[in-house]
Formats: sequence, C-alpha cells, structure tokens
Amino acid sequence: MSSETKQILTTDGIPLEVSLKKAEKKNKIKAFLLVAPLLFFLIITYVFPIGDMLFRSVDDKMVTQMLPKTFKAMENWDGQELPEEEVFAAFHEDFIKLVEDKREGKLSTQLNYTKNGFKSIIKKLRRASKKFEEGNYKEQIMSVHKRWADVEYWRAIQRRAPEFTAQKYLKGMDMYVNEEGKIVSVEEDRRIHRVLWLRTLEIAFFVTVFCFLMAYPIAHLLATLPMKYSNLLMICVLLPFWTSLLVRTASWMILLQQQGIVNDFFVGIGLVADDNRPEMMYNKTGSYVAMTQILLPFMVLPLYSVMKTISPSLMRAGKSLGGTPFVAFWKVYFPLTIPGIGAGCLLVFILAIGYYITPALVGGASGTLISNQIAFHMKSTLDWSFASAMGLMLLSGVLVIYWLYNKIVGIDNIKLG
Amino acid sequence: MALPKYTEPHYRIWHYIYLTICAAVFFFLIAPLFVIFPLSFNAEEFLSFSDGMKRLDPDAFSLRWYKDMIYGTKNPWGLAAKNSFIIAIFATIGSVILGTVAALGLSSRHMPYKGLIMAVLISPMIVPLIISGVAIFFFMAKAGLAATHTGIVLAHIILGTPFVVITVTATLSGFDHSVTRAAASLGSDPVNTFMKITLPLILPGVISGGLFAFVTSFDEVVVVLFLAGLENTTIPIQMWTGLREQLSPTILAVATCLIILSTLILVTAELLRRRSERLRGINR
Repeated sequence: MSSETKQILTTDGIPLEVSLKKAEKKNKIKAFLLVAPLLFFLIITYVFPIGDMLFRSVDDKMVTQMLPKTFKAMENWDGQELPEEEVFAAFHEDFIKLVEDKREGKLSTQLNYTKNGFKSIIKKLRRASKKFEEGNYKEQIMSVHKRWADVEYWRAIQRRAPEFTAQKYLKGMDMYVNEEGKIVSVEEDRRIHRVLWLRTLEIAFFVTVFCFLMAYPIAHLLATLPMKYSNLLMICVLLPFWTSLLVRTASWMILLQQQGIVNDFFVGIGLVADDNRPEMMYNKTGSYVAMTQILLPFMVLPLYSVMKTISPSLMRAGKSLGGTPFVAFWKVYFPLTIPGIGAGCLLVFILAIGYYITPALVGGASGTLISNQIAFHMKSTLDWSFASAMGLMLLSGVLVIYWLYNKIVGIDNIKLG
Repeated sequence: MALPKYTEPHYRIWHYIYLTICAAVFFFLIAPLFVIFPLSFNAEEFLSFSDGMKRLDPDAFSLRWYKDMIYGTKNPWGLAAKNSFIIAIFATIGSVILGTVAALGLSSRHMPYKGLIMAVLISPMIVPLIISGVAIFFFMAKAGLAATHTGIVLAHIILGTPFVVITVTATLSGFDHSVTRAAASLGSDPVNTFMKITLPLILPGVISGGLFAFVTSFDEVVVVLFLAGLENTTIPIQMWTGLREQLSPTILAVATCLIILSTLILVTAELLRRRSERLRGINR
C-alpha cells in the first residue's frame, strides 16, 4: 500500500470528508436556527431576570453610594479605637449632601437594619449639623449623642462599606452578622423563616406520601382494568387535572368550612358535636387536604404510564412459581413500578414545595408556605432583595431535586396525561 | 375485574378492600368538583345546602347568581372574561409557534447541546411559579410592560411554551423522516414540505400542546397577580380576590362555567391523544 491513500472525491472535486462535514455543519446550523427564537426569547425574558434576582439579592450599593467619602477615609481605620478626625470630616461632608438631597432618612433606615439605634441619632445629627462650625467635626459630632462616641456604631457603618452582601440570605435563615463579625442565629422566638422552611418541607413531604398512598391503588386499577372501564375512570383523574386550580380550591373552601358539608357529615354520623365543629380550614389540615387532592393527578399519571407497560403475565408467572399474590406483588410487580414512583413523587414534591395559591386561601397562618412569604415581601414590605434571596434559596432546592429527577427518570420521560 | 372461582376467601376479602379503597380515592378526586354545581343554583346567599335544597324544593333553586355574574352592577366578570380570552388566545398562538418551531429543531439529530437547551426550554415548567413570577415581574417592570396586556401575554408565552415543546417533541419522536425526504426529492421546498407534510402529521401534538398552553394561561394567577393592573384583571384574579374577601355564590356560578369549559377541553385533548396514538401505531 502506498503511504498516500487516495482521497474519495465528490462530483465537484471536493474531498468527501470535507463535503460531509460541511453538510453536517449546515444541518447543525439549521437545527439551531429553529430553536434559536424560543431560546433567545427565554434567555432575555426569563433566564436573565432570574440572574437579575441573584444580583438584587446580594446588591448593597445603596449605602456604599450614600457615604462614598466616609468609606474612603475608613479604609485606613483598623476598627479598634474611635476613628480619626479625617473620618468624621468625611462623614460630615457626605451627611450634609444627603440632607440637601433629603435622603438621610433612607440612610437611617438602612443603617438601622445593621444596628438598632441609628434612627434617633441620625435625626438628632441632622438638627445639630445645621449649627456646626467648620473644623473639629469629631468633637462636634460626638457631642450630639453619646452613641456617636461609641465605636460600635462606627463599626456598624463600616460593615456597610462593601457593595455586595449575603445579609439577605442570612436573614432568610434567621441569622445575622453580629458586632464581632460572626454569623449567629436570632433569638429562638424570632426564628420565623426556619419555621417556614421546615413547614414547607414537612407539608411537601407528607403531601407526597399521601398522594403516593392514594395514587398507587387507583393507578394499578386503571392499568389493569379493561380499556372501556379504565377510560371512563381515567376521566375522574383527568377532569380535576384540567380544571382551574382556583375552582378546585374554592370547592375545598366550601367543603371544609365550619358550616360546610364535611362538618355536616361528621355531625350527621355523630362523630363530633354540633356545637363543637372542628376547624378544618385556615390551618395545616386545610393545606394538606386541598393540596393532596389537587396534586393527586400528577402522581397517578406517571404511575399509570409505567404500570401500563408491565405485562400481567409477570404476576401470573410469579404466582405459578409458588409465590402468594402478596409475594408476587412485592417481589415482581412493585420493583417494576419504581421508575413511576420516582417520577410521581419528585413531580409532586417539586410542585408542592413551591405552592402558593392553595395555602394562601385555605392555609391560614399556620398552613402557609415559603412561597407565601416571598409574595408577602414582593407586595407588602416591598423588600424585593429579600424576596429575591428567598426565591433563589427555594430555587436552588428545587434544582437539586430536579437534578435527581433527571438522574433517575430523565427529563425526556415527562409524560403529560 | 372478576376474581377466578378458586380464589381463597381471604384474598377475596383483600380484593374487595382494594376496590373499596380505589372507590374512596376516586370519590375524593372527583366529588369536590360536583359540590359546586348544585350550590351555584342556590336561591339563598349561603354556601351550604339549604333545607329546601335537601328536599329538592324547586323554589330553593334559582339562576340568580348566573344573572348576577352576567348582569350584576359594577360587575368585573365581563371585563375579566374578555381579558382572559384575549390574553389566552394570543399567548397560545405565541407559544404554539415558538414551541413547535423549537421542537422541530430539537428533534433533529444534528442539534448540538440538546440536553442543555432542552433543560432551558422547559425550565419555566420546573421552576416554582412564585419565582417565575418574581423574575418575570422584574423584567416587565424594566421593559415598561408591567400592567399591560402585552406583558401578560409574553409572560404566559414563557409559561406555555414548555408544554408545546414537550408534546410536539413527543409526537415527532414517532415521526418518519423519510416522508419529508421524499417530499424534498420530489422538489418541494422546506416551507412547503412543512405545511403540506409535516404539520398535518404532527397536528394532534401541536393542538394538544396548544390546549395545555391555553389552559395554563387561562388558569394562571401567580404571575398575573404581580403583573396585572386594574385594567388587566382576569378571571383567575377576580376569583382569587373573591375567594380571599367574600366567598359569594357568584363565584360558584363562574366556577361551574369553568368546569364546563375544562370538560370540553378534556374531551378534545383525549380525542386528539387517541388519534395521535393511532397515527403513531400505523407508523410503527
């Protein structure tokens, strides 16, 4: 054989390999161009804004921009003793400018987040600063209030120098940075967010378990019944699936209210006294019951689609080899349904962990979840950076679960009814 | 599911327990929806069955809440319904076009980074709605589209496309690509091939994806709550406000209408699914 293998040429005289590569590249570009409109649309309107949330959640430029000269002067300060005159002069200069722009109120709100007690002394400083004489600002500022002569407060100001902060994330876990710069938890009775995270996990977990326990038998029934019956029963699963979430929540509100049908029934069969009707709504029970019913179809459908593929002869084989029906079920049938169980559980868990509407309507104070807290900060307190931080904490949790889902089932296997 | 004659008694008992459990679960799933029907015809203002209703007294039933829904003074439902339909229709059109085209690209075997791109495209379905709501609100506020129909339509396109992508990709997975090659070899240009050959074959998938997108938009409340102003109120927003403030029977009348609508959509979706399964069966 010669060292030079003869190249195969196409009719145009171009080597085949080059020509094929060119065609391949053209096909790649073609395929990509088809996906491109949606991809870019989503990147601009959806992926970037989520990135924007990340930016907002750590952004702390406000104070940095309000006190630029102070922070510059503070660079050489070690934080042990009270700062030098230079820092006080710079602070005075920044402060006068803020008062001119009427922004000193914002500064006091911001600094108060870091350390309580700034509000009043900033108000006092504003009044006093009008009569300040030039020079020796250290003495003058310190004489306004004794807290201005307290090094703790100057350290608190210094802590706001960086443009970025993890403070909102810490707040989301009921923690904060104390005077020594250590991360500590807030007092026990003020740990509202941890309670919410735990409750969200707890409700999502139990809703998943309830859904699984209820969905397994009916998915099995649907998969084993003859077509003409199972189609009819399938409607019982699909009708709630297609019905508006608010309609279904409304029906639970009617059923669970104190004068509602469920309570009437309990009274009717003598389970509870008429004057002692249990509160089944505006608490955790309401969230559990309504969310379980609403999310049940999401568990039934994946289970059904897996069970449908299991041949009934396998169970028969198990029984003919001497297994009792229970052994045959446990050793043969159940292991085969595990992919469906995984898909259904993760789907329901992901949906439940981010639930908002139903808990807000039937959950009351003890049945609300972390999503409700995010919405509260978006709409009521307008602390958008905190809402963003909590949203991203929730999102990272969901992404971990999603990653697991992808590992176990694969995203291509999502089936919609 | 009749049991064979030789079944032992305790398995027989187990079997009946199993059937009872199934019946109970089906009841739990479907019964709450049927509570709404009779109560929406209640002649009184209460949300429970009056004594007259229990006796099936015709005077205890009336259409007053339906009348209130349609003719009621300072009635928000007309505007809400109009907005909901306009938004849902445009959102569906947008989702179907973007989603179908993307699905065509995704099911090409030449597509680079398929897994990653698929993950991005269906992410709005996985990310909790509240987070999508916050993110989309930030974007729309910056773009000056908050409290506009356009903004809400765009938001619903974001939420609706994953469904279209998934259903159309699923339909295309059973698609025989030799028919498009045959068309091309007979001199048809790609657009013509798509319109005449591909589209008719994948149409069931496209329509059921479109139905998903429609329902998603029509039923969506979390994102709209962030975006909508007074002018953009939709049916879900009105229901949300109503359920939070005063649970009036008018809401039940609206809910009944929505259940009828969802039944219609369900029937259409089921018929399409069967048709598509039949078609795929022939292809195999």
